[in-house]
Amino acid sequence: MLNRLLLCLAALLGLTARVNAQEKPQVFIGAQIIPMSGAPIAHGVLVVAGGKIVAVGTADKIAIPAGAEIHDITGKVLMPGLVDSHSHIGSGSGGDGSGPIQPETRVLDSLDARDTSIQKARAGGITTVNVMPGSGHLISGQTLYLKLREARTVDDLLIKLPDGTNAGGLKMANGTNSMRGANGFPGTRAKSAALVRAEYIKAQEYRDKIKRANGDAEKLPPRDLALEKMSEVLAGQRIVQNHTHRHDDILTVLRLAQEFGFKVVLHHVSEGWRVAPEIAAAHAPCSVIMIDSPGGKLETKDADWRTPAILEQAGVLVGFHTDDPICDSRRFLRSAALAVRAGMTRQGALAAVTIANAKILGLDARVGSLEPGKDADFIVLSADPLSVYAHIEQTWVEGTKVFDLSRPADHLYAVGGVGAGDARRAQLCCFTSAWDLIANANNGGDQ
Amino acid sequence: MKTITRFSLLVTWLIALGGAHAENIAVMGATIYTMAGAPLKDGVVLMRDGKITALGPKVSVKIPEGYRILQAAVVTPGLIDAHATVGLSGLLNQAQDQDMLEKSSAVQPELRALDAYNAKDPLVSWVRSYGVTTVNTGHAPAALISGQTMIVKTFGRTADEDVINPAAMTAVTLGRNGLTNAEGGPAASKSPGNRSKAVAMLRAELIKAQEYAKKREAKDESKRPGRDLKTETLLRALAGVQPLLITANRQQDIISALRLAQEFNLKIILDGCADAPMVLAQIKASGFPVIVHPTMQRSYEDMENLSVETAGKLHAAGIPIALQSSYEAYVPKTRVVLFEAAVAAAHGLGFEPALASITSGAASLLGIADRTGSLVVGKDADLALYDGDPFEYTSHCLGTIVGGIVFADGAH
Repeated sequence: MLNRLLLCLAALLGLTARVNAQEKPQVFIGAQIIPMSGAPIAHGVLVVAGGKIVAVGTADKIAIPAGAEIHDITGKVLMPGLVDSHSHIGSGSGGDGSGPIQPETRVLDSLDARDTSIQKARAGGITTVNVMPGSGHLISGQTLYLKLREARTVDDLLIKLPDGTNAGGLKMANGTNSMRGANGFPGTRAKSAALVRAEYIKAQEYRDKIKRANGDAEKLPPRDLALEKMSEVLAGQRIVQNHTHRHDDILTVLRLAQEFGFKVVLHHVSEGWRVAPEIAAAHAPCSVIMIDSPGGKLETKDADWRTPAILEQAGVLVGFHTDDPICDSRRFLRSAALAVRAGMTRQGALAAVTIANAKILGLDARVGSLEPGKDADFIVLSADPLSVYAHIEQTWVEGTKVFDLSRPADHLYAVGGVGAGDARRAQLCCFTSAWDLIANANNGGDQ
Repeated sequence: MKTITRFSLLVTWLIALGGAHAENIAVMGATIYTMAGAPLKDGVVLMRDGKITALGPKVSVKIPEGYRILQAAVVTPGLIDAHATVGLSGLLNQAQDQDMLEKSSAVQPELRALDAYNAKDPLVSWVRSYGVTTVNTGHAPAALISGQTMIVKTFGRTADEDVINPAAMTAVTLGRNGLTNAEGGPAASKSPGNRSKAVAMLRAELIKAQEYAKKREAKDESKRPGRDLKTETLLRALAGVQPLLITANRQQDIISALRLAQEFNLKIILDGCADAPMVLAQIKASGFPVIVHPTMQRSYEDMENLSVETAGKLHAAGIPIALQSSYEAYVPKTRVVLFEAAVAAAHGLGFEPALASITSGAASLLGIADRTGSLVVGKDADLALYDGDPFEYTSHCLGTIVGGIVFADGAH
């Protein structure tokens, strides 16, 4: 018995050592550091220990700890690890075709931690990511916020909140993707909103029953996995991550969020440029997607690259997302650069892939900028992050290097080739086969 | 660029916008990539009646009076998209604007892009706003023989006014996408259900065409067969005047294409070629050019092994290449060759070869180098104007000139 306990302990320690940072302090010198918490630092110094940032600043002000491993990265650019607020890496799933409202389903129970898409996200400099179920439901399930540490299983990727639960949001969608018109799914926008309202009212009643029971087991309602999660949303403990494209759909999300008092982030917002003042007034952050051309579906016919700039000018908190595989995780910085091309500030665009997205996920106390005490998540680039010619050379998560372009295996994931692709097309909502969408004229949705 | 600058530019351009006619234009560029020799520093290009009439250093080219003067940091030839479906696969992605694939049969070489091309589709002006002046567009994505491509300028008038080659290539698809059981493939026909059957059907069609040609030469006119649109198209492929554009991504499909070309003494153009690095020597030995898959295309199924470095590897091997936007079923509804070339440039292809892959190299591959693809006196007045390195994500296309007509509605 004792032996077994010792073995378990040893295994546990071994795991901790592997997952956690190297014990020696790591010091990075010579690079231009873009901390996102202040102005860029030429020839900056970053000190990392125990998986956390210890110090960041100019060479004359930062003491290099004794016994530290020095990384001279003169000529490179170092910035916070990228935060992607909406992705589908890891082949996760949420609700199935049985109905439009399935908040009880969890990405947690479906994620493949060894999927090549996760390797490729590390190659793209992504260190924190919100993995979402698809958009084919009004409420499609619980999203999962992950740190892209070296991982054997999904458990190695989780972000634990102080109460021990896994960090994540609730995925909702409106507009055509969830309007399947059969199997209990809505056929119109008004029905979509009515179904969502009815569900939130049920959640309010469930919450109130629990409150009234005041701990009396006999008065407690039976446990309901769906309403339990909805109650977390009502209590402001879980952020709604809401897929929405058209300007009227955006306003519907804001209306529902106001009625039920939930925290919401608007995702995609193809027509956000049309209702920027309304979004700003509602204090709703936006996670914007940057697609190489408008169209491809009716709801995005008026998508405009100027949306991030217009939202930024209106005072909205703006992030970007890959929606991988819609956009490639390896080109995430390109979204920021294209937004600058269309008028967004450089500072705003860089924030949108780092600290703004950290705020969008409610993780800004831990990630998104290089500040003492925050997680040691950062990337090393060969050139300016908004340049097409920049290569991400290293990705570090919590003080451990998880991607190094000079390693052949990592180089493969960065550029593609045999072993980096997928034998099958991603089976996500609305991405299964646009051919079938056209053939069935069903306005989008899961196949 | 700052918003204010963008809007002032917009105003400048709008004031300058006249009717859609070829103007007398002088473009002044700090750097002009003519793609016919070294770049010109502080150069000028003069255009009249839709043609380039003079170019050279600013000090030696006098701008005639009355010419509209445009300025840009960087000037390139108008970009060429060597394989697209714009104008056939519309922006809305609804049944009424999707004409890139006829599903009734697997073998329909008689279909002409010319008869479907919608010059007014917003995606035509979308790609033009980034500098694209010429596209080789047509049927392609998922049938054994899907139809004939056309080469068209992006004026956005009508197919007949804008076309420069109404029947450029005949599109063939080998591999999974060419099979009837592929997602979205031609469901109405049972075959080809696998790769062997696909090649057998192609061979049979080509043999039929050869026999048809013999019969057409029969001395007894009454014994000559009637016209057959399918066969006539394939005969043009056999004669080398309208080559087969063979999409093949897996290495075995690339090799099948080369085997077929050898058997029928065909001139072909390879397309896609995700697995090209595995069979570089064979492609090189064949002498055939490759229209490489879009650099940023998603890597699944037959494109599983694609790499952003493939264009660079083909170029380094001395294989003529061009880049393309290819076909997209969902979002983005079209890619833009400028962006695909940019990523290729940064991954081993290098700046000038990448620019050539969407200008002079693409023009040679498409057989239109006598008209466009480089800035040379006598060629079409097709130019793209940028405020910096055209490949940088944060640069802008300030305007596109197609045959002497200026399209400029802001900084894109």
